[in-house]
Formats: sequence, structure tokens, C-alpha cells
Amino acid sequence: MPTIQDIAAYAESSAKKLGIVKYDVYGSSVDETSVQVDKGDPKQVKASNRSSVIVRVWNPDGKVGVTSTSDVDPLGMDLALQTAQEASAFGVDDHIPDFSPEAVAPTADVQVETVPPAPVGDLISTLVEAEKQLLAAHPAIASVPYNGLAQRAIDRFYLNSAGALRQEARSYASLYLYSKTEQEGRKPRSAGAMRVNRGLPLLDIEGCLKEATEKTISHLDYDKVASGKYRVVFSGEAFLSLLGAFSNMYNAQSVLDNRSLSTADSLGTVVASPLLSVYDDALHPENVSAETFDGEGTPTRRVPIIEQGVLTQFLHSAGTAKRMGTSPTGHASIGAKVSVGPSYYQVLPGAEASTEFSLEHAKNVIFIDDLQALHAGVNALQGSFSLPFDGWLVNDGDRTSIESATVAGDFRELLKAIVHIEPEAEITPGGLCPRIWVDALSITGEG
Amino acid sequence: MTVAPFPTPLLKTNDLLQRDYAAPRDRFDSAWEATLSTLLGLGRAAGADFVEFFLERNNYISCQAEDDAITSLSPRLVTGAGVRVFRGQADCYVSTNDLTFNGLKAALDKALAIMGLTLPGPHTNLAEINLELLRDYATAKGKDGWLSQCSSMQEMGDVLLAANGALGQKASHVQSRRAVYFRDWQEVLVAASDGTFARDIRLTQSVGYNLLCADGEHRSSIGQRAGDTSDPAFLRQWDYATAAADVAESAGKMLYADYVESGSYPVIMANKFGGVIFHEACGHLLETTQIERGTTPFIDKKGQKIAHENLTAWDEGISPDAFGTIDMDDEGMPAQRTLLIENGVLKNFLSDRAGSMRTGHPRTGSGRRQGFTYAAASRMRNTYIAPGDYSVEELFASVEKGIYCKQMGGGSVGPTGQFNFAVSEAYLIENGQITKPLKGATLIGEATEIMDKISMCSNDLDLAAGFCGSISGSIYVTVGQPHLKVDSITVGGR
Repeated sequence: MPTIQDIAAYAESSAKKLGIVKYDVYGSSVDETSVQVDKGDPKQVKASNRSSVIVRVWNPDGKVGVTSTSDVDPLGMDLALQTAQEASAFGVDDHIPDFSPEAVAPTADVQVETVPPAPVGDLISTLVEAEKQLLAAHPAIASVPYNGLAQRAIDRFYLNSAGALRQEARSYASLYLYSKTEQEGRKPRSAGAMRVNRGLPLLDIEGCLKEATEKTISHLDYDKVASGKYRVVFSGEAFLSLLGAFSNMYNAQSVLDNRSLSTADSLGTVVASPLLSVYDDALHPENVSAETFDGEGTPTRRVPIIEQGVLTQFLHSAGTAKRMGTSPTGHASIGAKVSVGPSYYQVLPGAEASTEFSLEHAKNVIFIDDLQALHAGVNALQGSFSLPFDGWLVNDGDRTSIESATVAGDFRELLKAIVHIEPEAEITPGGLCPRIWVDALSITGEG
Repeated sequence: MTVAPFPTPLLKTNDLLQRDYAAPRDRFDSAWEATLSTLLGLGRAAGADFVEFFLERNNYISCQAEDDAITSLSPRLVTGAGVRVFRGQADCYVSTNDLTFNGLKAALDKALAIMGLTLPGPHTNLAEINLELLRDYATAKGKDGWLSQCSSMQEMGDVLLAANGALGQKASHVQSRRAVYFRDWQEVLVAASDGTFARDIRLTQSVGYNLLCADGEHRSSIGQRAGDTSDPAFLRQWDYATAAADVAESAGKMLYADYVESGSYPVIMANKFGGVIFHEACGHLLETTQIERGTTPFIDKKGQKIAHENLTAWDEGISPDAFGTIDMDDEGMPAQRTLLIENGVLKNFLSDRAGSMRTGHPRTGSGRRQGFTYAAASRMRNTYIAPGDYSVEELFASVEKGIYCKQMGGGSVGPTGQFNFAVSEAYLIENGQITKPLKGATLIGEATEIMDKISMCSNDLDLAAGFCGSISGSIYVTVGQPHLKVDSITVGGR
């Protein structure tokens, strides 16, 4: 595979040949291996080593064309720049993207350890052992139908014809275990857990096993739940998945496209209970995929999105920031249309709560551990959701697994109906978030 | 006795260094035979039970109009290959961007090493794999010129702007309107150690609308897509005027719709995309991938009744133009028509090569993948419930109070057979008549229970284009059904 310096040289040479003066390139090369096992034997092992880049070309009229390619040799770069040049004839006339004003600004000095890849044999033996332990944890656990252990090394870079050049290397390892139960006369139940870290030696395998075991066993005692309005407690992961599904609310590009639950005037307005504060912080120490720059080369940073219930800031690209008269925030991905997205959430208690809540003492509360089918059950533009979930009906600390049910509501109303945010945050791959208590959500039980 | 000369010189591994294996990167044809037969031979000589190479070239472009401007025109060029090595029933898949002989050999070497095998050393006898004559569906079916016959960038922009203009005229309370198009041209070459050697070109196109309307706190968001797999002129023939009228009408009706009241109802599912109910509640559970995992309740039900006697269902890859149509699957097997359920009785599962090896169910030409970074797996193609004997009017007349699900969103099925899917356009049925629009409905249930509750099928089978995400990536599929009645299903709402 060519190095980033090779790719920069190819791009420069191709641009010169094609008469292209202004261009930028974002790309990455990935080396990854993953394994799955089935009843003690490796089932499938996958490995790949691949590169891809996306190039933007500005033509003499200042319009931009884009092309992405997996061919990062001189021939491939020639073709990519040529195609982007052709596409630039159809580039937008208004709000033409430009280099980020911060593409050469210093990035955060973050020391991220990269871990050398483990031998495939170690991945297989680790996963086989984890599967074995999970199967032995309870007689009802009959299989681990979904499991995987993966490791990935990624080098990413951004460069432009004005001299910007950034690059960084990261490594990750992830483990997921999803077990299924079988009991005579009972329906099969399932649950799982996942862990991510910078390499296999750092993975919390014991924690993943413990969580998968406890969750699976906790669903053995299940029952239907009566339909109605309930006080609902979202796990950190469940709340973050909902927050992410409605991220158009604080996404500047969505606001400018009129495809948001907010408008430009929403900044400074109350959008949630004062108990809630939300930040996006790509550089948070718990974020194993911490990136110091975004797809436009802009340094990443901590951004306050909601503080004590007030919408305080949107996430920006260079282009949206320019249009809204502010600074980019390091949340851009380049493409034919630059998109904006979150990096790593941090949800915190905002204003001091007047009442304390606890699952140990609450009555008739629904605890939602995991929301499903967000791709189908969320209407992000309407603000509504209706989603199946895994969870329990909780009474004085006693949990009864819910056989099958949905939770439905309006996300804007949900934010305002938050009655408690627990002090201790869960660490998830998508961010940090404590359990969130919400009043009066609609639950539909099956049957 | 006369000894006949050897038909070709016998090869030893050290001869490879002197051979010219340069195959054209810009075209997959019989010129690849020497490269691939040698690599496959190397894999077998190393001790692999089965080796397969999958080569892909992809030329993709998407275009988007927002309001009255083209805001995105995005080409993507991809080349890559994957090698799959089986040793017993275990397998390994390695993918790479490097299509040189040495690049593919490195990928093979890595796959063999993972499986505990090593490439043969110098001076080792090497038996190339005798590949069949290239089975070239692309040339045989006149597909080689397809890419150049598709709409140009200029035409894409012109059509989408005109279409978005038509939508603007038809719709009211418009907050945002989008017309989107993509063209996905893919050339694939499959060569395997059982002699398989096949080439195909796929041309998948989709175009549609996404309309957001708002009036104060009332909002409606409606999307609609059409898809095609074999017509380069698809975009220029798109009847956007009719599509715009449909989308505008739906958005208008749903703008002031009430949220559905949760409960258990009889439901009438519309034809076309209503077929997502079968796709999620049953189709996925008939893939051998699910048998391998033990995550289908139908694992031992072949030959048994698993659905209402009025239900017959098919999966096939051969309907002309349908979104899930493939001349061959991604393992080089010709597509088939597979009878899944006949009058409620389970007849067949969908199987790829690995699934067949591990479960014993015969291959059905269902080995599919998003691209070269994925190993093929058993996946659906065009999946639909066969038409029944009832009229649509008879279905409605049988419902005193229920829900008519006219447009479906996506859905999913879990490892215990629980399925769910969202309804994007629904109406209340009272005394056999549609009375008012409803929004926010999600249908949930158990696969084993719902299939027996599909009690009436009308005679108006129709298909719709869809996207299916699963173990081997996102692929193009068709869902379909006639209007059908589910006697009772849980409707999640407010």
C-alpha cells in the first residue's frame, strides 16, 4: 500500500498534469481482522487491507467536484482527479465549500497509544474461551449465535494544495457476545454486551462476559406488560442511541437544509429539562477512537450542545460555520455535500435535582436497556419514535423482563419530560451517559 | 505403445517467477484465466479444501437535487478482490485493493496462514485449476455497453431538477424537497477451485423523492423510490410527474394525521412494499445463515406447516428488471426461482455455498454480498407472497375496526424470531371503510405466530425495490405481496 506521502505526491503530480490548481484529499488505509466462533471452533475469519480516498477539485470558476476511489496508485489518482474535475462543472453555485480556515491550525496534543495487532490465533482462542465461559455461565444459555472479536489499525490523513497535511494512526479492538437461551416450554430469550478498546490486551473481556451473562439471565423471567403510560428509565446506551437518531436537532447542516427539528433561531432556547446537559467531545479520554481532526482537517474540540436544558451550540463544518457566522467545530465529513455528525457524546446532569430517584425504590417503572430498529422506528424529521426495546418492569428493585413491547413518543417532549439524571455515567462506545428518567411515555405490550 | 505428449507443460512453483501474469485491471475476461487458475492451484496445493476468488470493479454515482439546485454529485470508483479459503467447514475471507498477481497471492497467503496452511515451497508440483470456459453473462446478455448508455451527469441533473420542480408544484406546506438518484455499475468475476469461472455486469439504479412538509407543529415526511436492474435508460424514462403527485398526496394526508392508538388490531397490508412483513418476519429466518446460528424457529420445519394454508411464498432472482434480480449470484451460480412456502408448508431454505456445506440444504443461487470486502452469505433476492383468490374489497369488508398500512418503513428481526417494522402511512379502517390517516405506528410480533395469521391474500401482487442489510452488507432486494389481511397484530403507538 502507498504511504500518505506517496498519495500526496501522486495527487500533486496528477493535478499538475490535469491543470488543477486547487484540490484536497481525505483518506484512510485500514488493516483489520475479525473472527467468529461456533461451539468452540472458528467459524469465519475475515481480514482486509484496503485504502480509500476522496478528492475535491475546484475548477477555474471556483466550483467543486468530488470523487472517491479505492485505487490509490498513480493511475487511480489520475482517474479520480479527472472525474472530480468533470463533476465540478455541476458543482453548486451558492455556498461553495472551501478549505477549512483551521486546516493548518494546531490540533490537540493527544497521546493515543496504538497497540500492535494480535496474532489471529490469539483472537480465535480468546473468543473460543469467552464463548465457552458464557455457555457455562447458566444452564439456560444454549448458544452464542452472534459473537465477534475484531481488531483494526487505521491511518487517516487530510491534505490540500495549500500545504495542509495531517495524519494520525489509531488501533481498536472490539468484542461482542450475544447469547440465546432455550428452556422447555419457554420462549427463547437473548441479550448481549460489547466492549471496545485500543487493542486486544486492553479489552475488558471479563466485564463483557459478566454483562452478557447477567443480562441474558435477567430476561429468563419474562412477562407481558400492560399497555399504558409509564415512567421510563433509559440506560445510557439507550438514551445515546435516541439522541443520535435525532441529531438533526443540533446539526448545522440539517438546520440550513430545513431538515431539522431546530431552526437557526433555536439557539438559546429551552429544548430540554434544566436537568440535562449534553456535550460532544471527540477528545474525551474515554473515547478510544479519539480523532484530532475532522474530514476537512479542522481540529476537533469539546462542544457544548445543551447546557441545563438550553440549546447552546450547533455542530459545524467549515461551510456551515461560515454561513452562520461562527467557527467550525471539527465535525465535518467531506463529500460532494459536506456532512456534519457527532463524535463522542458526554451527557451530564445539568441543574441540581430537587428529587432523587432510585430503581431500588421505584414502583412500576420501565427500565429500557436497549432500543431496537432505530432505522425504521424513528422519524427524525417529525420528531417521533415508536421502537421495540429490551427492558424490564421494575418494582422496588425487582426486575421482570418484558416479553415484547414498544416505546413511543415525541423526542422534543421527551427531553422536556426528563425528571432525573443519575450521577454515574455509563461508558459506551458512543459516549458517556448516565441513566435518564423520563415521565409518561407510551408503552405498548404485545397481546 | 505410444505415449501421448502432455497437453501442457507441468508446472512447479519456482516457474511462477518466470511467468507473466499481468491481467487487465480495467476488464474482467478470459485473460484472467491463467492468473486465477494458478492462484487457485496454489491454494489447493497448500491444503485448502476449497478456494474462491471474487473480483469486483464498481463505478457508482449519486446525484441529489434539493429544492431547485443540484447539491451533490458524487462518483465513486472501486476495485478490489476477496479470496475465500475453506478447510473443512471453517472458512476465512481476505480482501484487498491490490489486483496484481502478487497482490492476490499475498491475500491468498494471508488467508492460508490464518487457516494454518502455507503456500507450497519452491520446486513443488503445482496443479493449476482447470476452469470452465468463461460463463460470461455480461457479453451473452449484451451488458458490456450498459455503462456508456446510462444518463450523463448533465442528464442526471436535468432530470432531477425537473422532477423536483414538479414536486414543488404538486405539494403544499413544503419545508424541504429532495429528488435523489444513484447508479451502481458493478462488474464481477468469480473463479473457484471447483472450476467455476463466471463474469457478470450488474446495473442497479434507483430514483425517488423525499418530501418534508410542515405547518406549525404538524409535520409529515414521505419518501418514495423506484428501482431497476437492467435498463440504462431507466432515469430518462422515470415518470416523475406521477411519482410527485403520489408523494405530495401522501404528505398532505399525513400532515395532520393523528398518532395511532396502541393496541392489537386486524391489519390490511398494502401490496408492493407491504411485503416487508414477509421479508422480516419470515424471509430472513429461511436463510441458512440463520440455521447455522440456530436463530430461526423454522430450523427443523421443512415439510411442515408454518403458515396459513392460504399463503404461498417465493424467492427468486429472475424477474426482469426487479431490484433483486441477478443472472448469477456472487458465487457464480445461476439465479433460481425458489419456492419457500406452498399453501403454508415450508418447502425450501435459501442457501449459499457455506450454508449448504454446513446445513445440508441445497444451494439456491442465493450467495450474495455488498462488495468485495464481504464473503457471500445466503440472502434474499426478489421475495414475495403469491397472489390469492380474494379481491381487495373483500379484505376491507372483513375488517370492522383495524389499520390499513399503505406505506411501510423498514424493519428488523431479532435472534429469537421477534420482528418489527414501521408504518410510514397508515389509515384507520372502520366498518370496512378508510376513515382517517394515522401516523407513528410500529408493528411487532413473533414470526412463528404471525405467519399463521395471514388469512386473506388478494389477487393484486406487486413488487417494490428495497435495501436489505445483513451479514454480507447492504444488498438490493425486492419485496412484494398482494394486499393481505393479518387477523391480529400488536400496533405500537401512543
